[in-house]
This record gives sequence, structure tokens and C-alpha cells, in this order.
Amino acid sequence: MSTATAPVRATPPPLPSPPGTAPRRRIVATPAAWLVWGAVAIFLVLLLGVVSSVLVNSFGTQWFDTWLPKGWRTQWYAQAWNDFDLLPVIVTTLEVAVAVVALSVLVGAPASYVLARRAFPGKRAVQLLFLLPIMMPPITYGIPLATLLYKVGLAGNISGVVLANLVPCVPFVVLTMTPFIEQLDPAIEQAARMSGARTWSVFTRILAPLLLPGILASSILVLVRTVGMFELTFLTAGPDSTTLVVALFNSMNAAGIRAQQSVDSMAVIYMAVMLVLLVVALRFVNPTQLVSQVKEEQPS
Amino acid sequence: MSPAASPGTRPGASPGTGPAPVDPGLRHRLAERGVDARLLLLVPGLVFVLGLFVYPFLYGLGLSFQPARGGGPFADYQRFFSDTFQRDTIGKTLWLAVPAALFNVLASVPVAYRMRGRFRGKRLLTTVLVVPITLGTVLTAEGLLNFLGPAGWLNRALLGLGLVDEPVGLIQNYWGVFFSLVISGFPFAFLLILSYLSGIDPTLERAAATLGAGWWQRFRRVTLPLLVPGLATTFCLTFVLAFSVFPSAYLVGDPTGETRVISIAAYEAAYQANDYPFGSTIAMIMGAVELAVIGVVLLWRSRFYVGTTGGKGA
Repeated sequence: MSTATAPVRATPPPLPSPPGTAPRRRIVATPAAWLVWGAVAIFLVLLLGVVSSVLVNSFGTQWFDTWLPKGWRTQWYAQAWNDFDLLPVIVTTLEVAVAVVALSVLVGAPASYVLARRAFPGKRAVQLLFLLPIMMPPITYGIPLATLLYKVGLAGNISGVVLANLVPCVPFVVLTMTPFIEQLDPAIEQAARMSGARTWSVFTRILAPLLLPGILASSILVLVRTVGMFELTFLTAGPDSTTLVVALFNSMNAAGIRAQQSVDSMAVIYMAVMLVLLVVALRFVNPTQLVSQVKEEQPS
Repeated sequence: MSPAASPGTRPGASPGTGPAPVDPGLRHRLAERGVDARLLLLVPGLVFVLGLFVYPFLYGLGLSFQPARGGGPFADYQRFFSDTFQRDTIGKTLWLAVPAALFNVLASVPVAYRMRGRFRGKRLLTTVLVVPITLGTVLTAEGLLNFLGPAGWLNRALLGLGLVDEPVGLIQNYWGVFFSLVISGFPFAFLLILSYLSGIDPTLERAAATLGAGWWQRFRRVTLPLLVPGLATTFCLTFVLAFSVFPSAYLVGDPTGETRVISIAAYEAAYQANDYPFGSTIAMIMGAVELAVIGVVLLWRSRFYVGTTGGKGA
């Protein structure tokens, strides 16, 4: 890839169009366009190779020196299911994810309402405070947090996993929902207040229905992040509270104990879970939102 | 913003019957500055961040000054910096994270610049690009082990085409980790830069074209200066991602040698040697190095144009 994209940047455009006269987009692609699309194609081939080699191996019998495995079988899945005890793992994953989504929305949404609607002393400090957990690598605060949680007996079980995962998720909800609330017309709330609604009824009767799409969007983003979150879960999970991705890491790390195909079957199961979540997510959010919410809220 | 004439009370918070009791003067003055009972909505969020992020961080900082093996408060820091096996992890991590982040950002710019307009299949392409981010590094590592391994498809193809004589060693070393950082980092950087680019008003470029600027001049003199702040932010976020590399450095890298990154050192100290103070020390050093790099980039960014780019967003 590096060889493909570098020339695009290094060299001036190969076809300097005569000023003013050339159309902005040509029908016949320029060499620069070829290079760009070539780079994208190489990337997609790499991605496809990575994903499908896992998929193919999980269905193969023996695969050493050939393009494709010698034979095909589906029993690896049953074996992985039993060997790795996947049912409890998946149940734990779902429990953790649901708990993290519910708690982070419950805690984050009110905070984002205040940040969206109000100016108050120290607002920038509060915003920075909500940004920091997203900007720090999970390991840096994960290790002290896990140490602390082990000390008070909360780590090594599902509550520790949930608490640790909340650390980046609450700020994430705040950052996702704040711009969403900002775009709601404050006049609607003011009208409700003038008609005598108290804060609670403004919230339940006016804001909650209007916010539902925003809540849905940030919930699904948190869900995807939590199911895929490796580091924090890995640091706080005990034997009974591993999620799917941590179980996958552990089985890969203990390579040689189980058949590689069995590990790959588990990887495919994990992949299927993530892809289902992704398909659901993309009904409510656009792809860029899955990447980052940070840019609108960045201080300075 | 309404000055909130009626101090809103949180449901169930105060059983009082009205705004009469406590010194209405002070309350009024506070409300004028934006402080009233509705700020209480912020409390749960703040408690969470303070209790689960700030306090553990400070706890870890405190722990790092109380070495398990005794010695002065800085003994663990001395231990880290005097042991080359530990100290070198900083360099190894930066040697992975900085090139990977730079590559991802620099490769994304031409691709995103080419694709900033509308074309058929754009949504499909962005969707496909989100897949590796969603799948995460553990799965990417598993796939890379299969795909780039000595008997993997890539090496078979290279051998078949006669490009190489023997399989290229792309896993269990630096390149395996680098590839994994590109697979998850490139789409990330690309999507961010694409959204920054679509935030730049296209009429600016059209104006430049009308005035006779060529393709390169339009990019160099109009788009690039407006894009630089976005590039800096993207670099920071991609760098954070690459800097915290852990699963792939463990699985596709060489976790005892070339890719013994600092997060592996921190993990080993805390979880394999059960030396939590030393683990916290390494975590603190890791955070400090990361913040230093980001600080430099943001400082550099502040020298550039800051303000509206005319388009939607950013």
C-alpha cells in the first residue's frame, strides 16, 4: 500500500488541467485516480483476505500447503461451542452490554442536556473532564482502576466489567447526545414550562420523545463499543465474567491447546455477532458516527 | 438561554413548597450566572467520571510512588528507566504508533480528497470501511495470522507470481503489528478526514478554479490549509489508537522482542508479576508520553487557521 499511495502525494498532478477550461471531473480516470482507487482496492483485498481466511479455516478439515483446505466440515462450530463454553460467554457479553448501555444513557443523557442548554462557570472544565477518558489509552487508567476494583472486591466479576466499561461509555454518550440536544429548539421546552410543566414532566413528556432518536443512536454506538471493547474487560474480568472478545483472545493466546479451526470458529461467531450489531447500528447512525464523536466537542 | 426565573427543582429532591425559604437574593444572583438547581442533572455524570476515572487515576499515581520493593518514592520510576528491557518499550511503542498514525493520515488524504464528492456506492464503501473498526484488533490479529502467515494466501500469491523465493515473514514481528494498525487505523482516519473535507465549503475551491488555479494549487493553497487542523485532530485520535496497541502486539507481534510495547510491559508488571505499584508506574509513564505527543501536535495545530470552514460541521 505504501508504494501505491505515496506517489499521489509526492508528485504534482500528472495532468495539470489548463486553468479554467477543464471540467472538474473527467470521464476517463487520471493516473492519480488510478493510484487512489488502486490503494483502496489493495486495502479491500487485505481486509477481505483477513476476514475470509478466518471464515474458510473455520470450515476446513486440514489446511497446510494448498490454496483451500482439503475438505470441509462444520463440526468445528459444535466443538468450539463446547470447548470454550460459549453459551455462558455470550450471555455474559449480552448482560454486560445491556447494563452498560442502560447505565451510561441514564447517567450521560442528563449531563449532556445541561452541557447543551446551559452556560455556567466551569463548563469548559467539565467538558474537558468528559473528554479525557476517551482520549486516554484504556490501559493507562484501566490498570489503576482494576487494581482499585480488585481491592474493594468488585473486579473479577460482572459488576467490575460493567463499571470499567462505563468509564469511556458515559463520556461517549455525553459527546454524542450534546450536539443532538443542541439542535432541538429550546422554545419547545420554554412553551411547556410556560404552560406549567415542571422539569420532570418537561423531561418525560417533551424531551424524551424528541430525544428518542438520539438516545437510540448513542445506545447502539455504546453497544457496539462495549461488545468490541477488549482492554478494559480483559483487565477486570474473572473466569466467570469474560466476554466474547476476551474469550477469543484467551483461546488465541493459548494456541496449541485447541485446534486452530476451533479458535477460528469462535472468531467467526464473534464476527457474526459484531456484523449483526453493525447492520442494526447502520440503520440508525451513519458510518462516520461509529468512528468518532469527538471532533465537535474538542476544546481549543 | 433563559435566565430561569423559576428555579427548577429536581423531582423528589426537595420537599419544599416553593422558592421562598433560603435567601432568595443569593439564589437569584447565582441563577443569573447560570447556577441553579437544574445543574444537579450534571451530578450523576460527574460522580461517575470523578469516581471511576479521576480517582483511580490519582490512586494509580499515588501507588506509583509507593514501590512494593521499598526504596524512595521514585524507586519504581528509577527501576523503569534504568532497565533497558523496560525503558525501550517507550521507543518501540512510538516506533510503531507514530509511523502507523502518520501513514494512516497521509494515505487517507488523497483517497478522501478523491472521494469527497458524491458517487455511486459511497455509502457501501464507507460501510465496508467501518467493518474492520467494528471487528476490533483481536479478530484482525487472528485473520492476519492466517492471511499473512508463511502458508497464507498472500505468501502463496507472492510465491506463485515469482515475486519472492521464500515466504516473507510478515507475522510475529513489527510488520504484523503495523498491518493490524493500518487495518483498523486507516478506515478510522479516512472516515474522519472525509467528514472534515466535506465540512469545507466547495465554493471556495470553485472560486480558486475560476481564478485560474490548477488542481494542485487548489489543493495546496485552499483545501490543505483549511484541512490542517482536522488532520492534526485525526492524527491525535489515530495515534491514541495505535499507541494503546495491546492485543495485536501480543498476538501478531513479537511480544518479547521487537513489539514489546509499553502496554505489554504495564500488563506484565501488574498481572503477571502482581506488582501493582510498578504496573501503575508504567501506566502513568505511558499516559505521560501519550499526552506529550498529543500536546506537541495540538501546539503545532494552534499555529494554523482556526475557525469556520464555511461548510457544514466542524
